[in-house]
Amino acid sequence: MKTIYLDNNATTRVLPEVVEAMLPFYTDLYGNASSMHSFGGQVHGRIEQARAQVAELIGAEPEEIVFTGCGSESDNTALMSAVECNPGKRRLVTTRVEHSAILNFCKHLAVKGFHTTYLPVDTLGRISMDALLEAIDDQTAVVSVMYANNETGVVFPIEEIGKLLRARGILFHTDAVQVAGKIPIDVKKLPVDMLSLSGHKLHAPKGIGVLYVRKGVRFCPYLIGGHQERGRRAGTENVASIIGLGKACELAKKELAKGTAGMAALRDRLEKALLERCPDAVVNGDRESRLPNTTSVSFEYVEGEAILLRLDEFGICASSGSACTSGSLQPSHVLRAMGIPYTAIHGSVRFSLSSYTTPTEIDRVIEVLPPIIRELRSYSPFGRDKFEQYLCRIDGARAD
Amino acid sequence: MWEYTDKVKEYFLKPRNVGEVENPDAVGEVGSIVCGDALKLSIKVDRETNRIVDAKFQTFGCASAIASSSALTELVKGKTLEEASKITNQDIAEYLGGLPDEKMHCSVMGMEALEDAINKYRGVKKILRPEENIICKCFDVSEEKIRKTAVENSLKTVEEITHYTKAGGGCGMCVPEIEQILKEVWSVQEIKERPVEKKKLTNLQRMALIQDVLEREIRPKLQADGGDLDLIDIEGNRVIVGLRGMCVDCPMGSMTIKGIEERLRDVTGQDIAVVTE
Repeated sequence: MKTIYLDNNATTRVLPEVVEAMLPFYTDLYGNASSMHSFGGQVHGRIEQARAQVAELIGAEPEEIVFTGCGSESDNTALMSAVECNPGKRRLVTTRVEHSAILNFCKHLAVKGFHTTYLPVDTLGRISMDALLEAIDDQTAVVSVMYANNETGVVFPIEEIGKLLRARGILFHTDAVQVAGKIPIDVKKLPVDMLSLSGHKLHAPKGIGVLYVRKGVRFCPYLIGGHQERGRRAGTENVASIIGLGKACELAKKELAKGTAGMAALRDRLEKALLERCPDAVVNGDRESRLPNTTSVSFEYVEGEAILLRLDEFGICASSGSACTSGSLQPSHVLRAMGIPYTAIHGSVRFSLSSYTTPTEIDRVIEVLPPIIRELRSYSPFGRDKFEQYLCRIDGARAD
Repeated sequence: MWEYTDKVKEYFLKPRNVGEVENPDAVGEVGSIVCGDALKLSIKVDRETNRIVDAKFQTFGCASAIASSSALTELVKGKTLEEASKITNQDIAEYLGGLPDEKMHCSVMGMEALEDAINKYRGVKKILRPEENIICKCFDVSEEKIRKTAVENSLKTVEEITHYTKAGGGCGMCVPEIEQILKEVWSVQEIKERPVEKKKLTNLQRMALIQDVLEREIRPKLQADGGDLDLIDIEGNRVIVGLRGMCVDCPMGSMTIKGIEERLRDVTGQDIAVVTE
């Protein structure tokens, strides 16, 4: 059975060209970039080449690129640097729908006496500029807002936020892990001070991340040791992965130049067909401002894990915000923050495409999923006719 | 991905006895769509022999919830009510070749639906006693259920209780209470009480302590869910707070206050009352 991989917001396939570019660095070119001999020295040159490739994808200067171990490290580093470089400023501002690398780091900082304001989102997953303005003051060390949300694909108005913060001299970080390779990023035009990327979300391997730090922005390293990355991130370079990421960025740039309309059209085709064929299904998030590859669809009366495991029988990979798939008993914090009813959160399924997703794959999902939903609904004690009854139960639960 | 046995997969992919029996003699219901799983079990009983001649289920839930429900129907069919009432959640899990720890609550749900159905058949009304002490407000789990599940399954830790009953898996405010219940159940001092010196505090010390607990423990938790709290005043043993953000309209608000109150009583050793402004 052929795998139909529609979980590209979780991770992506490492492209063959990327693997090919990496292999020599595991075999022949194993030198240490910091060595004095030319054997190591040539590796240094190749790392700088990769740095330029990454910079090129987001319109940065090569020296603004810091290689890290993963997207989470980039996020942690950005926040830590912001609070360390701004002694006396004890406040952070972020959103309720961030990745856990931001949310849990803010919780960690809370123990150290830092206060974080978590901006709410509306039912379409959008933040309000007024709420942001209200949250910031001269005590704000940094504002961190993700470029796009991993679960819904909703894209935040980063340029607008950046302008607003720059005018007030407040540091701005954005987690762009889900964005790179899906929509063009140009930090020359985008008023952000720091930006996180992750290799494995754009067809490079896992274990490599990037933190873009704008020239002139004060920076304190998180990982301390050797002088690698100009003293901004210690540790012998993960050479092969850096080379792989460079190659992946070069390829992503080419794909972006071709445009993402094809990917968006496939996503829309999937979404439209599912809504047509499955009653009581809704799309989560703002469809006006969304990544071209992501759709989150909620199917009422059925539970997400059951849907995923049925899809798995057909080799189809997707993910869900339901409680049973979260590893805890609480369903998705993103969909909860949006005020999506629990009934819909439990039945949510996210499909995330890549530039390499084919129409045949999408058609297969359209063929397979509606009967799965119908069958699981036939098992369910809930349904449209029983909806009234269920609403009474919720009201009952709220009353006490 | 969960490690399901082949039997769980089989009963999930091709569940037996889905639906409702015609003219059921009793219908047992547990769970709710809000909690993420719910089961409706309908049974047909032969009045002569007291035997369950047919059983069907309807389940909203994950793969193991569906498999557990289906297994339950297979287990009860042909049994007398007497025999069926002895079925435990472990029997259901065993029938399926075991369930992941985190999914044991699915088997507990099966057992409860069966209990409910049998009680209804026998005309035993399960009266929700007003004094029934709901410990976990998020998942509506009573003290009685926690005690019963702990004893029947030899559960010793809060984590295990959460796996089996979901209690404590939501906001986490009831975790200290569950610890206390477990301690009482097993009468063993396994769960270490934080060494709190219960010496007489001066007024200033007590106020500082209360402020410290609110700042370091309570507020970060609330903020993580988009809520917050302000300490307004401390008058004697009355701590006056104002709920902010998401906490304002949160249906769990009163529970939050109760949790804070208990924590403050715990650290100060005094009869603190927390009230909202």
